[in-house]
Amino acid sequence: MQLSPQLESKFESLLSNYPEDKKRSAMIPMLIYGQDELGSVTPELIVEVAARVGVQPLQVSEVMSYYSMLHPKPLGKFHVQICTNVSCLLTGGEDLWDQACHKLGIGHKQATADGLISLEEVECIGACSWAPAIQINYDFHHEVTPARLEELINGLTEKAHAV
Amino acid sequence: MPDPVKLTVDGQQITAEPGTLLINAAKQAGIEIPAFCYYEGYSLQAACRMCLVEVEKAPKMMAACTLPVAEGMIVRTQTAQVAAARKSTLEFLLTNHPLDCPVCDKGGECELQDMVFRYGAGESRYTETKLHVDEKQWSPVVFFDAPRCILCFRCVRVCNEGMGVGALGVINRGAFSEIAPNMGDHLNCDECGMCVDICPVGALTSGIYRYKTRPWEMEHVSTICTHCSNGCKTTLGVRNDHIIRGNNRDRSGINGEFLCIKGRYGFDFTDHPERLQAPLIRRNGKLEPASWSEALAFTAKRFSELKANNALFGIVGSAHLTNEENFYLQKFGRQVLNTNSIDHQRSGDVVTLLDALSGTTGTLAKVEDFYNSKAILVIGADLALEQPLLSFQIRANFRHRNAHVFTVTAKEVREDKISFRSVRVQHGEELAGVEEIHAQLLTEQELLIVFDDSVKGASLRRLVEIGSSLPYAVKYCCLVDYSNSRGAVDMGVLPDLLPGHKPSETPGLTVEAMVTSASLDALWIVGADPLAGAPFAAEKAFIVVQDLFLTESAKRADVVFPSASAYEKSGTVTNVCGEIQQLKPAIRTMGTKPDLEIMGLLAREMGVAATMGQWVSSKVFAEIQSQVAGYAVPLPILSTGGAAQSMPVNGRIPVAEHPELIRSAHDNLFTSGTLGRYSRILNSVLENPRPQ
Amino acid sequence: MPYNEPHPAETRIISKRFGLPNSASLETFMANEGYAAIKKALGMTPDAIIDELKASNLRGRGGAGFPTGLKWSFVPRTSPKAKYIMVNADESEPGTCKDRLLMEFDPHQLLEGMMIGGYVMGAKYGWIYIRGEYRYLIDIMDRAIAEAYSADYLGDNLHGTGFSFHIRTHSGAGAYECGEESALLESFEGKRGIPRIRPPFPAVSGAYQSPTLLNNVETFATVPAILLMGGAEYAALGIPKSGGTKLLCISGHVNKPGVYEVPLGFPMMRAIEELGGGMRNGKKLKAVVPGGSSCPMLTAAECDGLTLDYDALAKVKSMLGSGGMIVLDEDTDMVRVALRIMRFYQHESCGWCIPCREGTTWLKKLLTRFVEGAGTQSDIVMIGDLAKNMLGRTFCPLGDAAAMPTISIIEKFRGEFEDYLAHGPKPRRSYVREETLREEALAWHGQAAAIPAQPTV
Ligand SMILES: Cc1cc2nc3c(=O)[nH]c(=O)nc-3n(C[C@H](O)[C@H](O)[C@H](O)COP(=O)(O)O)c2cc1C
Ligand code: SF4
Ligand code: FES
Repeated sequence: MQLSPQLESKFESLLSNYPEDKKRSAMIPMLIYGQDELGSVTPELIVEVAARVGVQPLQVSEVMSYYSMLHPKPLGKFHVQICTNVSCLLTGGEDLWDQACHKLGIGHKQATADGLISLEEVECIGACSWAPAIQINYDFHHEVTPARLEELINGLTEKAHAV
Repeated sequence: MPDPVKLTVDGQQITAEPGTLLINAAKQAGIEIPAFCYYEGYSLQAACRMCLVEVEKAPKMMAACTLPVAEGMIVRTQTAQVAAARKSTLEFLLTNHPLDCPVCDKGGECELQDMVFRYGAGESRYTETKLHVDEKQWSPVVFFDAPRCILCFRCVRVCNEGMGVGALGVINRGAFSEIAPNMGDHLNCDECGMCVDICPVGALTSGIYRYKTRPWEMEHVSTICTHCSNGCKTTLGVRNDHIIRGNNRDRSGINGEFLCIKGRYGFDFTDHPERLQAPLIRRNGKLEPASWSEALAFTAKRFSELKANNALFGIVGSAHLTNEENFYLQKFGRQVLNTNSIDHQRSGDVVTLLDALSGTTGTLAKVEDFYNSKAILVIGADLALEQPLLSFQIRANFRHRNAHVFTVTAKEVREDKISFRSVRVQHGEELAGVEEIHAQLLTEQELLIVFDDSVKGASLRRLVEIGSSLPYAVKYCCLVDYSNSRGAVDMGVLPDLLPGHKPSETPGLTVEAMVTSASLDALWIVGADPLAGAPFAAEKAFIVVQDLFLTESAKRADVVFPSASAYEKSGTVTNVCGEIQQLKPAIRTMGTKPDLEIMGLLAREMGVAATMGQWVSSKVFAEIQSQVAGYAVPLPILSTGGAAQSMPVNGRIPVAEHPELIRSAHDNLFTSGTLGRYSRILNSVLENPRPQ
Repeated sequence: MPYNEPHPAETRIISKRFGLPNSASLETFMANEGYAAIKKALGMTPDAIIDELKASNLRGRGGAGFPTGLKWSFVPRTSPKAKYIMVNADESEPGTCKDRLLMEFDPHQLLEGMMIGGYVMGAKYGWIYIRGEYRYLIDIMDRAIAEAYSADYLGDNLHGTGFSFHIRTHSGAGAYECGEESALLESFEGKRGIPRIRPPFPAVSGAYQSPTLLNNVETFATVPAILLMGGAEYAALGIPKSGGTKLLCISGHVNKPGVYEVPLGFPMMRAIEELGGGMRNGKKLKAVVPGGSSCPMLTAAECDGLTLDYDALAKVKSMLGSGGMIVLDEDTDMVRVALRIMRFYQHESCGWCIPCREGTTWLKKLLTRFVEGAGTQSDIVMIGDLAKNMLGRTFCPLGDAAAMPTISIIEKFRGEFEDYLAHGPKPRRSYVREETLREEALAWHGQAAAIPAQPTV
C-alpha cells in the first residue's frame, strides 16, 4: 500500500515509540492515524499495519473491531459525536442528539448522502463539567446550546463549500 | 519434588502438588467444579465464571480455574451462593443462546445442555429479543452458528496454541463479540476440525456430520486411522453401516483428542461410488465382474499351474495392510509360491537405523516422547503437514515444558515458529545443517532426533554417529509414510529380509526390479499401485490385484479382488514409532473382503491351507509374536485399545543398503495416496488455498 | 477552553499553575518550581521517596484508591527485567474530566511525576496511554515532551546526573475498559482491551511482562508537590487516611459546574453549594453520583453532612472513585438515568466474561422496555436481582461498576419505577428504535467481511 509521505513518517515515528521487538504496540495508534487520513480502516490499511507490526491481518481485524473509534466503513468528512452520557443527559444532550438527527435526516453512525457529515451518539467524552458536549472530529465543543449546534452544523456545510 | 499442599474442599482433606489449579485438585478428589472456558492444556481464561467457588477469607467467590491451591485453603463448592452463581451464569448464557436443541447437531452431547440440566434453572426469565446472526460456512468442514456460541474461546486457543495455525480470532466487542476466520469469510487452515471438536456447544459444526444423525443413534468404534504413519486413534461414529463421524473425544490412545483432517473426516473413501464391490476377471481383454468363487478358483488354478512350472512370482505388499496381512502375504510368497521377490514401497530407512542402533536400548522414540523430550531435532520434514500428530506433540511440549526445538530443513516449517534454532539447508545437505548446530546440541540434556527420507543410508549412519557422540540419551524416529509402513518392514515384506529383520539367503527382486524385469511370470499386488505411470516389462505376466479401487495396476490385472478397507477389518498396525495398535471393524461394505480373508481363501483353493494356517488375525498375530523380534507385546494392552511399542531386533542386520529405493510420497495434510484421491472431503479442501 | 475560575474554597496544589498565562509551556513551568521536585528526588534514595509517598497518604486517583506509596513499594525494583512507567490517561469514567485539565494546563507536572517514578523504579521508559478522543491532549503532551527533551529534562544522562528517562504518548482508540489497568496494558501491547488474569499485578508483570508502575494522571501529577512539600505536610492538607487534595469534577444540575481542587474531607454539600454555585434553577437536590458513574448513587439525605473522602464514602457504601461528582435535581427521571448508565456499560463491556456481557445486555434491554412503557412489577424485582447476579462474579470490576449504581437506584428510588408502571412513561424518544439501530451499527461495525483476505506469502 502506498502511504502519503506524512502518514509514512507518522508510522515510522509511531513505530519508534516502542522497543525494537515490541512493534505490535504501535498497532492501535497506526490504525487511528491511518484512519484519520484514509477516512476509515480499509482492508489495505489492515494488511499494511499487520505487515509493519509483524502480525496476521486477522489479529489487526480483531483489534480494529474492538475499538469504537475505529471504523471499517467511511464516516462523514465531519464526524459529529454527541455525548448523551449522564452529565450530558442531565443538561440536554439527548435534545441535541434529536435535533441533529432531525436536521441532518440521519441516525446513529449514518452519514449524509453527500458524505459530508455523519452522526454518532457517543459515550462520555470527558467533558462532563462543561456539558452538554459534542466533538466534531477531534474538536471539543462545550456547553452546546441548540442554537450553537445549529450554528456548528451550518458552519460545517459552509466550510465544505468554501474548500 | 516439593511437598504437596494440603487443603480442604467441601470438608474433605485433600492434597495436591503445589501449583495445581483448584479445579484440578478438586477433580482429583472426585469433586466436580463445572467449567466452560477452562480446558486442560490451553491458556487460562477465567472468562465463563462457571467455576466460581467460595474460598475462606476471600472477599468474593474465586474462579477455581485460575486459582492455584495453597496450604490450608478452605474451599466450598456446594453452598447456596455457589449454586446460585452457577444458576445465574447459565441463565445469562441462555439469554442469547437459541433454544434450537431439537435441530442442533450437538443435542445429546452438549456441555451447555448438560450444565443446564445439572446446575440450571427450570425456566428462563428472559423475554427480550435475541441477537440473531446468520450461520456461516467457513470451509467444507467448518460451519459457524454465532448465536449458539458461548464465547469460551476454546476454538481460538486450540487453533492457535494447539495447532500453531491461529486461523480463528475474536472480533467486535461485548455482546457482539464473535469468533471470526482468518480470511474474512472463510478459513485458510489445516481443516483439522479441532475447533469443531472442542466446541462445547453446537456453534462450530462439521460439514460432514451436520444434520446426519443424533449422537445416540450412532455406534462408536475406536480404531486406528488408516492414513499417515502416526497411528492416531479415531472413534468412528457409525450408523446403518456408514461412517458419519470421526473424533477421539474420549482422549484415549496416543493422540489424546488430536486428529487431523484425515483422521477426523478422511473416512469417506469407504463409500465412494467407484469402490470395487465384486471381483473382476479379464475376459477377452476386458475386466468383467465375476463371483467370488469363480475368481478365487480361477486365480488358485493359475497360481498352482505357474507354481508347478517354477514360475517367477513377484509380490507387492502394502503400507496400508495390517501386520497380519503382510505377514501372511510374505509367508504365502515364500512358503507357497517359492519366491523372495516380495517388496513394498519403502518410505524411510528403518532398516539402516535399526542396524546402526544395534546394541543400544531405549533409543527408539515413542509418540509420547515428542511431548516429553527436553529437546527435539527435526530434520527434513515439514511435520505439521506430513506428520501432524508428532507436530502437535512438539507444540504441546514447547507450550507446557518449553522444549528446545531445532529444525534443519530445506523449506520454512511450522516448527520454526517455536524453534530454539532453525537452520535452512539445501535439500540433501541436511547432515551439514546438523553439524552446524552440533555445538549447541552438546549443551542439551536429552534429544529426540526425527528425520525423513532425506537422511538414509550412509548419511543416516553418520547421523547416528553424531547422536552417539552427544553426552546424553538420544532417541530416534525414522519417519515413514502410511499407517503400517513400519509394520511392513518388520513383517519382512522385503526381498532381502524375512520377518523380524532376519536376512534372507537368496534375496529376490525389489518392486522396481519386478516392474522392469521381463522374466516375471506373475505379479500379485495387494493394496499397492506399483504399475501406475510405469511401463511394465513382463507383458505376459499373470497379474492379480487386491484393492479398494480400480487403480492403474488393477486396470492391467487379470484378476481383481475387492478388498475391505482398514475401517472394515481387524488386525494390528505399527506406527512410525513402532507402536502396535489394533484395528476394529466399524462397517462392512457389501461385496468386499479383508485382504487376509482373500489370501486365506486362495490358500484353501490351492490346497495349502494347512501350510498357511488360519486366516484369522488373532491367530496370525500369535505367529507373528513367535517369529518377529519385538512383537511379543502384552495382548491386553492391544485389546483394550492401547499402544505397545515393539522392541525390535537388537543386533546387526547384515543386508546391503538401498537408499535409492527409499522414497517418501511426502503426502501433505490433504493427500493420502490412493485413498486420498477417493476422499471427497480431502479433494474438496484441496480446492481451497493451502496453509502456508 | 474548559477552565473555570478558581474558587476561594479550593486548595490548589496540583492545579496551582492552571490559571497562569501559557501554563502548558516549559517556560511557565520553570518559573513556578518546575522540575524542582525531580532535582530534589535525584538527591534522595528511592526508598526515601517511597517513604514520603507513604507518609503523604496519597491514594490512587484513578478510582480504586489504592495507597500509592504501597503500590510503588510493590514493584520489584531489583528485578533484572526492564521496568516501565505507565500513565493511565484513559479517563473515561462518566462524570470525570480532570486528567484532561492536568494535561492541558500543566503537562510538565505530569512528566515530572513520571520521571520521579522512573528514578525510583530504575525505569528508562514511560508511556502515557491517552484515550483516543483526547487527540488535542496527545498533541499538547507531545509538545511538552519535545520541550523537555530539548531542555535536557528527558533523554539520556540528564544534566549529567546519570539519570536517563524517555517518555512517549500512546493513543487509545475508544474503549472505556482500557482504563482498567490490565486491559490498558493489553491494549498498549496492540491487542484487544481484555483484562488480564490477576495476579500477577502490573507492578510485577505489566507492560511486556515486565514490572510496570501504573498510575492515574492525577496520581503522578501529585507526586512532585508531595516531594517538594514533604509527605507529612501533604497528608495534613486532608484528613487521616485520606491525605491531601483531590480534583473534583462537578457536573449536572448545578450553577457552576467545573473542576475544583479540594482537600479530602471537604463537605459534599459545600461542594455543591459553594463550588458548584448551588442547584440550578433553585431546584431541590435529589441524588448525587459521588465519584463517577460506577459509584452507588446517594440520596440527598445521605449527602447531608457527608464529607468527600475515602472512608466517609465507604461508610455510606459508595466510593470517592475518580472524583466525578454528578448532581441530580428533583426533576431527574431516575429510571432513565438507570437506563443510560446501563447503556454505557453494555456498550463498553469487553465481552470476555458471561455475567458482564450478558448481564449488561439483558439489563439494558429490560430497562429500555421499562422506559418505553412495557415494564411490569416483576421487572422491578428482576432489575435488582440481575444486577446482584453480576456483582462480584465478573472477571474485572466493570461488571461491578454496572451493577452497583443499578442496585443503588433500584433500592433507593424504587418508587420511581412504581410510578412508571402507574402513570406510564413519557418517553421523549424511542429507545427501542435507537437500540435497534445501535445493534445494527455494531453488528455492522465489525462485519466479518471487513477482515481482508490474508495475503498468501
Ligand atoms: C472498568 C474500569 C475502568 C477504569 N478506568 C480508569 C480510567 O479511565 N483512568 C484511570 O486512571 N483509572 C481507571 N481505572 C482504574 C485502574 O484500573 C487503576 O486502578 C488505576 O489506573 C491505577 O492508578 P491509581 O492507583 O493511580 O489510581 C479503571 C478501572 C476499571 C475497573
Ligand atoms: S466484567 Fe467481564 S466482560 Fe465485563 S469488562 Fe470485565 S472482563 Fe469484560
Ligand atoms: S472455567 Fe473458570 S471462568 Fe471459565
